[in-house]
Amino acid sequence: MTAENALTPAQRNDLRVVSAMMIPESAEYGVPGADDGAIQADILATLGRDSKRVAEALDHLARLAGAPLAQLDQARRDAVAKEFRSSGGAAAATLIRVVLQCYYRDDRVLRSLGLELRPPFPKGHALEQGDWSLLEPVKARPPMWRKAP
Amino acid sequence: MNDPVDVLIIGAGASGAAVAWSLAETKMHILCLDQGGWMNPAEYPSTGRDWEARFYGDYSPSPNIRARPEDYPINDDNSPIKVVNFNGVGGSTIMYTAHFPRLHPSDFRVRTLDGVADDWPINYDMLAPFFAENDRMMGVSGLSGDPAFPPTEPPMPPLPLGRSGVLHAKAMNKLGWHWWPSDTTVATVDYEGRARCINLGHCTPGCAQGAKASTDITYWPAALRAGIELRTHCRVREIKTNEHGMASGVVYYDKDGVEQFQPAEVVIIACNGIGTPRLLLNSASNRFPDGLANSSGLVGKNLMFHPYGQVYGYVEEPTDSNRAPPTCLWSKEFYETDLSRGFVRGYAIQFGRGVGPVFEAVMSEAKGILPWGADHHRVFRKLNGHRLAASAICEDLPEEHNRVTLDPVLKDSHGIPAPRVDYTIGENSRKMLEHGIARGKEILLAAGATDICVNCPIPYGGWHLLGTARMGTDPARSVVNEWGRSHDVKNLFIVDGSVFVTAGGVNPTSTIQAIALYIADQMKSRLANLFD
Repeated sequence: MTAENALTPAQRNDLRVVSAMMIPESAEYGVPGADDGAIQADILATLGRDSKRVAEALDHLARLAGAPLAQLDQARRDAVAKEFRSSGGAAAATLIRVVLQCYYRDDRVLRSLGLELRPPFPKGHALEQGDWSLLEPVKARPPMWRKAP
Repeated sequence: MNDPVDVLIIGAGASGAAVAWSLAETKMHILCLDQGGWMNPAEYPSTGRDWEARFYGDYSPSPNIRARPEDYPINDDNSPIKVVNFNGVGGSTIMYTAHFPRLHPSDFRVRTLDGVADDWPINYDMLAPFFAENDRMMGVSGLSGDPAFPPTEPPMPPLPLGRSGVLHAKAMNKLGWHWWPSDTTVATVDYEGRARCINLGHCTPGCAQGAKASTDITYWPAALRAGIELRTHCRVREIKTNEHGMASGVVYYDKDGVEQFQPAEVVIIACNGIGTPRLLLNSASNRFPDGLANSSGLVGKNLMFHPYGQVYGYVEEPTDSNRAPPTCLWSKEFYETDLSRGFVRGYAIQFGRGVGPVFEAVMSEAKGILPWGADHHRVFRKLNGHRLAASAICEDLPEEHNRVTLDPVLKDSHGIPAPRVDYTIGENSRKMLEHGIARGKEILLAAGATDICVNCPIPYGGWHLLGTARMGTDPARSVVNEWGRSHDVKNLFIVDGSVFVTAGGVNPTSTIQAIALYIADQMKSRLANLFD
């Protein structure tokens, strides 16, 4: 079974809708919503070991909604989401985490945050020394460790 | 059957590597077996764009989540603190923060000084030369002159304070509380073939640069050059004994899953505070029906973690976020006993520089401070890159009901019974946590932080696995003697954190390795009458 068909079409639709509820598109910040096609594709392609729990979470969501999420009005959808977060346990936490971890590695999102589009290695980062004179009052303290017999 | 060896070491982690390297000069035939393999730094998470996501998967600190072939499951359902570790050559030094304090002199005399638990049969001064040797071998960066500790001479300069360190330092100075740059095993200059730190930031799940010391790149290359044999992907099931009550060797499964017997004159266990009692209990026999080396009944008992109380908040200034090693300073302001605080013993404080965007989003959403919907973006930009954290690492006292046993159902991939952990946070530790959380909030408020959050205890914070085969001079009250030899089995030694009598209030790796070197030194000096 591939990651993409780990979820049914109905589950994928609900995933897309709940992703948009979590993180909607923003013209102000120039970022896509988490329902963006590329981000959804990343989620599906990398579900891996999280597939089972995400499917459980989406089943729980479907039970709470009683219908495809997209068919609910805004108020009902918000109520379902609130209940999902409070009652969904580890499965809901996994679903939320996989959406966030794919959203916050998307190039457009990272660019909007002023972050570089690369892994930490091999370039690394610069770390400033800071003001070492701050240590002077601590250096002036008498020994404070407890002698032991 | 395999050819007999003089010394068999089980486990190639922090202590196994140190004891192997030290014993190499004896020129004995020394073999180490490890259930894992060599790590490939090119595959560490920081080399890929999914570097944060992998912390929730194949580089999770929890063996139950990580579930690599070399991991064994642990039933820790009955513990508020979950066991975290790493299995492979290097052990948990592959996946630690490289924060490298030593136990204090007072930590070895808690009964004498504070009337609780027991004194150790060894003391700080006895370990001091081995601490120094270990600092040199692991490569420690730090700053001499800390008024909260006896003099030390780290071989490398400390990590920069960075933005986060300065913010923490100013807050601590405002409060008049002690702080100091942490000793770490992150190389700040090129050191013994290791490249200096370039601030990958995601240090915990392996350092792709090789700047963070793990024993696969420190002790092991030296030990292998000196003639030690290391056999990987070999999981030991049990230690066998002979008619004289001596260890005769071990039964293990090789990399192909084939059962093997490896005879040995001396067996040294270096499997950590969970793996060691598990192995001893799995080695029960007609001669040792309650488990090997367990005439005291204390194998697996007195498990100590360090309960962590973490406070974090957000400042207006940008912090170092994920762009530097995660810890930077420590404080020992509340380390030594002050009975006016309502508890005995104390805790250190570790200061965190911040986290990356995925961690920030996941943790803040779970805490309820990062909303769903249109306001998500505004709030995330306020949080991301602005986090400061202070964590109290509390000394846990030994309590026999905190224990490791064998799970009656759960087994690893070779069918070997898995460990079960039953643990509760004691009253003294709970008061200490409350005190630490309150002080942490004061620190963050002094730094100007808002949106302050608490994790108490940090659930996946069971890094430090101590006390389950304690050392002592009384065979009725300890598992090994003052130089690591089993009271019951004269050719069986334990060198890992299991032998701790008390936990101290600092990360234990430095002390674990110093003890391993000390035990190796004792063995070398007693070779002629090692089993007397």
